[in-house]
Amino acid sequence: MNLHRVTAIAVKEVLQVWRDPRSLMIALLLPFTQMFLFGYGVNLDLQHLPVCTFDREGSQLSQDLFKHFQASPYFAIARNVTSYADVVAAIDHGTCNFAIVVPPDFSERLNDTGTASVQAIIDATDDNTANIAYGYAAAVVEGYSSDVTVSWMNRQGKPLQQTQPMVTQSRVWFNEDLESRNFIIPGLVAMILALVGAQLTSLTISREWERGTMELLVSTPVQPSEVMFGKLAPYLILGWVDAAFCLALAALWFGVPYRGTLFALFVTTSLFLIVVLGIGYLMSVVIRSQVGASQIALLVTMLPTTLLSGYIFPIDQMPKAIQTITYLIYSRYYVSIVKDLFLKGSSLAALSTPILFLVVYAAAVLILAARAFRKRLD
Amino acid sequence: MNASSAAEPQIAVDDLVKRFGQFVAVDHVSFSVGRGEIMGFLGPNGAGKSTIIRILCGLLRPSAGRALVAGIDVAADPEAVRERIGYMSQKFSLYRDLSVEENLKFFGGIYRVPRDQLPERIRFATQMAGLARREKDLVSTLAGGWQQRLALGCAVLHRPPILFLDEPTSGVEPTARRQFWDLIHTLAADGVSVLVSTHYMDEAEYCHRAALINQGRVIAIGSPEELRHTALGGELLLVEGENLGSMLAALREAPGVLDCSVFGNALHVLVGDAERSLRELPAFLAKRNLRPGRLERINPSLEDVFVQLIANDMAQRSRAA
Repeated sequence: MNLHRVTAIAVKEVLQVWRDPRSLMIALLLPFTQMFLFGYGVNLDLQHLPVCTFDREGSQLSQDLFKHFQASPYFAIARNVTSYADVVAAIDHGTCNFAIVVPPDFSERLNDTGTASVQAIIDATDDNTANIAYGYAAAVVEGYSSDVTVSWMNRQGKPLQQTQPMVTQSRVWFNEDLESRNFIIPGLVAMILALVGAQLTSLTISREWERGTMELLVSTPVQPSEVMFGKLAPYLILGWVDAAFCLALAALWFGVPYRGTLFALFVTTSLFLIVVLGIGYLMSVVIRSQVGASQIALLVTMLPTTLLSGYIFPIDQMPKAIQTITYLIYSRYYVSIVKDLFLKGSSLAALSTPILFLVVYAAAVLILAARAFRKRLD
Repeated sequence: MNASSAAEPQIAVDDLVKRFGQFVAVDHVSFSVGRGEIMGFLGPNGAGKSTIIRILCGLLRPSAGRALVAGIDVAADPEAVRERIGYMSQKFSLYRDLSVEENLKFFGGIYRVPRDQLPERIRFATQMAGLARREKDLVSTLAGGWQQRLALGCAVLHRPPILFLDEPTSGVEPTARRQFWDLIHTLAADGVSVLVSTHYMDEAEYCHRAALINQGRVIAIGSPEELRHTALGGELLLVEGENLGSMLAALREAPGVLDCSVFGNALHVLVGDAERSLRELPAFLAKRNLRPGRLERINPSLEDVFVQLIANDMAQRSRAA
């Protein structure tokens, strides 16, 4: 391999990218919009779920129960209705996802027997949200119920020492606030880099075939590896700019705590960039058409990274067969690395397994791409 | 390997065949090009000119036969050949979004022109192309003729001994074409062997030798003089006058006449011996009450020659088929 030639190709590529607004748009504008779109759009936390109440009793006790719901950060009472038909309408229209119905004999039963039930109606169109909401609602009712018990005992003149034989004192590590954003944003960076990186390089070789410049280039003594490294180098630099931008937004704008070293982030991000740039380049070499190569590059980066990398859907909750497939998804390694670097502050040594996988992947993609490059027209 | 001994041809093609599936694009072609020689490839579009050139540049693999460029077998060692050639493809293939100078620097880097020699080579190329002081202009802003000359400049930047130019003057205005051929002659005078294809038949006059290619086969090869005088297999007479139809029928029966065809509002008569036919034909026609207004020997243009040769070739093929 000759450095003279690699440099000539790299310089030419820089000039072309610099003069091509489309490439620059992909490189600089896409990460920006994606970070904000997905950073704000993808949120698995349940907050201020609109609740509809139907109080068939209208007593002090029933109003106390609603106050508990109102005080919870997970619920917000949006409607107070006076008939079942209105409850159904509120849920049908989607103005409320959740309804609580207090029966007419609520206080009576509570005072007489010490137990009473309320009805919860949940819109389970989104089963995930419904499950979470149900859990939170049960917790709110339980909290209220123990308040009632205490005051009832007090009134009976039996002051109650609330004692429980065993208590779990749980402490959450790494994502202390259990904010889904802290979990999603680092993975989002991986997805954006995969998308943008492969898009950029998917155009480089196919563009030369389409414009006819490739016929002249392959008639020269240039070697496939020289073309590849010359073409990838400028995009690696662009990739670093994008990565720095996205990671800085993640830490500074979205406030995801970063606990690792910058060196570890640089090494692993560079490796990941080489993999995704290499994949885009490989598509470009094989497909020889800009539209085709960029479509396929989109397909092989965005789809597996979104679905199978653990960016949103945890890998250990997938069926065994799918879990095995995820080992083939290069972004799975970077997603786990970047989450660990952000939240756990892992050392390079602790990350050696995913790093090794990325190294193998990068080597395989580059070797494949160099070999797929044919200096012939037939 | 002694790639450049003066006696050896710089390009030697022997029984070359290229098939694309069932289609035979190059059909047992043989020829050679010497040092400093300009060999022209002429023929209609789709005749196989570009395919032969691409094989010689190592871009296509020959199906059979052998092609030596600078003494090296192209199929066996295309990279060694690529070091020694310059190529201008049929479709313009410089970077339009780069300037004149940036393109030259790029190819200088690709061909590993030593850095201390590059400025001088670039100066040579821009002067040759007539683009001095336009080095900073984007290639997309240049007119067709200038673009082609820049492409030639890029192709000779590394001083290759052999040049392949595939239709370099196509789509270029006549005066610019003339200038382009002057450049080719300057390079050839320095010892560069040039294989150049064109579909402008008149450009064969600028070549040292020309090969006429039709449907993948070389149907005639030689210097313009040789082609003019021998390729037709006779000499050409022009006949004008009334009653061309009867004249045509009569002349086809006349002794010493090989062929006769209508050419515009006159007849072209191919004869074995022009002197003799000029003496004998007036009497022969007079006997049949035919009076040619004009009967004279003409020097056929190369275009005439090629049109005739291609027509003959087509007729022969259809008889064979």
